Amino acid sequence: MAVISYIDAITMAMREEMRRDSNVFVLGEDVGVRGGVFRATVGLIEEFGEERVIDTPLAESAIVGVGIGAAAYGMRPIAEIQFADFIMPAVNQIVSEAAKMRYRSNNDWTCPITIRAPFGGGVHGALYHSQSVEAMFTNIPGLKVVAPSTPYDAKGLLKAAIRDEDPVLFFEHKRCYRLIKGEVPDHDYVVPIGKADVKREGSDITVISYGLALHFCLQAAEKLAQEGISAHVLDLRTLYPLDKEAIAQAASKTGKVLIVHEDNKEGGVGGEVAAIIAEQCLFDLDAPIKRLCGPDVPAMPYSPPMEKFFMLNPDKVYEAMKELAHY
Amino acid sequence: MATKVLMPQLGESVTEGTISKWLVSVGDTVNKYDPLAEVSTDKVNAEVPSTVAGRVTEIVVAEGETVAIGTLILYIEESGSADSNSSTANTQQKETAPQPQTESKPAAVEQVSSSPIAKKGEDGSKPRYSPAVMLLSQQHSIDLTRVSGTGMGGRVTRKDVQAIIDAGGQQPAATPLSDSAVLEPVSAPTPVSRPASFDMASAPGDDIIPVTSVRKTIASRMVQSKHDAPHAWTMVEVDVTNLVNFRNQAKDDFKRKEGLNLTFLPFFIKAVVESLKEFPMINSTWAGDKIIVKKDINISIAVATEDALYVPVIKNADQKSILGIAKSVDDLAARSRAGKLTMDDMSGGTFTVNNTGSFGSVLSMPIINSPQAAILSVEAIVKRPVIIDDMIAVRSMVNLCLSLDHRVLDGLICGRFLQSVKQRLESIGPDTKLY
Repeated sequence: MAVISYIDAITMAMREEMRRDSNVFVLGEDVGVRGGVFRATVGLIEEFGEERVIDTPLAESAIVGVGIGAAAYGMRPIAEIQFADFIMPAVNQIVSEAAKMRYRSNNDWTCPITIRAPFGGGVHGALYHSQSVEAMFTNIPGLKVVAPSTPYDAKGLLKAAIRDEDPVLFFEHKRCYRLIKGEVPDHDYVVPIGKADVKREGSDITVISYGLALHFCLQAAEKLAQEGISAHVLDLRTLYPLDKEAIAQAASKTGKVLIVHEDNKEGGVGGEVAAIIAEQCLFDLDAPIKRLCGPDVPAMPYSPPMEKFFMLNPDKVYEAMKELAHY
Repeated sequence: MATKVLMPQLGESVTEGTISKWLVSVGDTVNKYDPLAEVSTDKVNAEVPSTVAGRVTEIVVAEGETVAIGTLILYIEESGSADSNSSTANTQQKETAPQPQTESKPAAVEQVSSSPIAKKGEDGSKPRYSPAVMLLSQQHSIDLTRVSGTGMGGRVTRKDVQAIIDAGGQQPAATPLSDSAVLEPVSAPTPVSRPASFDMASAPGDDIIPVTSVRKTIASRMVQSKHDAPHAWTMVEVDVTNLVNFRNQAKDDFKRKEGLNLTFLPFFIKAVVESLKEFPMINSTWAGDKIIVKKDINISIAVATEDALYVPVIKNADQKSILGIAKSVDDLAARSRAGKLTMDDMSGGTFTVNNTGSFGSVLSMPIINSPQAAILSVEAIVKRPVIIDDMIAVRSMVNLCLSLDHRVLDGLICGRFLQSVKQRLESIGPDTKLY
């Protein structure tokens, strides 16, 4: 099994799916000749030609809109939004069209589109290249929202998304692209959407996270283990619909829960996770459910010290976990 | 304005008392210092004097009931205070002097009544438990007030409770146990020193005997002594033929002159006291980081009654003749059996002599009367064939058994001590002074 980077796992998944199914095609800004600004689609145009790897105009509403049309026609489009920050012009297409296709057509039509969008900060990308926008899409029934944190999950979940009959919004933390490496099988496999994953077993506190922040949690857990504190780490992987069972199970295991995400705290995914735990696990709880999230400010600052202040890091997570463990 | 009369403190280590008999009833007029009730505590019987003059308006505690020190036992309507204006201030002033506490010492009441209530939170607020802790404690019948928390500010965590469950649950806290825990603060934190099985099942037809406060005290003292002091044991046999002869000669004369029986015990005590003078180490106590060698030689003697064991003390026994010791023994034994010992009679012992021979024993392994360092038991005097100068002789022999706290004492010094006692006893003869 080869150790590859997160972004290579994304490319691998797309290449495998395009080879497997001729209905799968890629469209987006600079995805063809350029191979994507992050090089996620590198080599695809050479292998599959410009009819299946389509460079589009700078119009996200058109990228998603064309994708929806093609999906309705029986194709399996992978629409790339260059940065998640740019997804706003396509919200109408995603929320009002793709997500409701099956429901409003009484099951006659489905919309098997995958929309890939790199999100998150820590790359000195400033206001328009660093946002976490997932919370805007995690209360839209009909839409699935996925945010893998490891190369293995990225490949397996992207393949699952492409094969899914309904629209899937696929968030890739851009800091993970070349930072996170892991073992990824060469063969075909799928990671089911809607299933969270225990990334570390522990007994003192439960930490629930996703994306880049999950790696901070794992690093902090490693440090705490040396101090005798055992952390149970759950990777949500799918942000909508949430794996309620896994969340409740993980929370009940220790009774002390910390939810960590880079997205703003208020109205973030963590609030929903906390609500599920509050509803289902009251008598297992031994401490208030805590959240460690990005601050509620409009966007990622450009100034390096301020970006550092905004972003989570292993030390911040470590402090929050330790405090909860001692509660 | 009725004055409250509280259960008085009848000795340093006494925490509760039983109203054995009320000497007044409701409506009675009493004068100040009139006895109100007889109270028996762990080992002392005492009378509760009235703190004021007045009329008994209500008796709160029934006869036979055991209550903690500081508990309200009766109300007295003070004479001349019918108008409620002259109230508490006056009352309290009058009451400051004598022992039985009235309302002027509310702290004692407060302490007693609040002790069973849950321990306070860090900021003095009531402790708060998480839902998980509440549920687990209910499911497994765990008394959270007895759980020490490891969480922030001493909070009881789910893991704390789970650990107790995993360890097989909480030891039941029987009421008598918690009382004796207060009584013996030293033993409280070490669960080992507590009497273990309270959940013994009784079969049909078995008699259930409630444990009296005296029995309870004996139990906890014995357990504590056995637990704290590593007991070692040694014995010598002593030829007391001469003593027996001497005593037989002297006893009638003694009885006539002094009006009391000359028993063997004073001779043994005298010999022990003299040997303690020679080996002061034996007359000591273990005090954790030091050994305290006592200057006074106060001999505790064990006096058995049908249902209990009392250990009154002969104070300054080294300053007493055999007559003096005999008188003390006689007095203490009589008052023990009558239940008239005072707290003072019971305290201050530095070494114990136990006359196990009086019920025919020839060998015993006494438990040290903590915190003393050793205890000596005098066994029965029996005639035995003994070899003296390669000839067999019939001699009156006695075994002296010594249990010692091996933290303080070693075999060598105890051996020498016993040899010294033996020598003194064997040299008793016609020249021995009784006075």
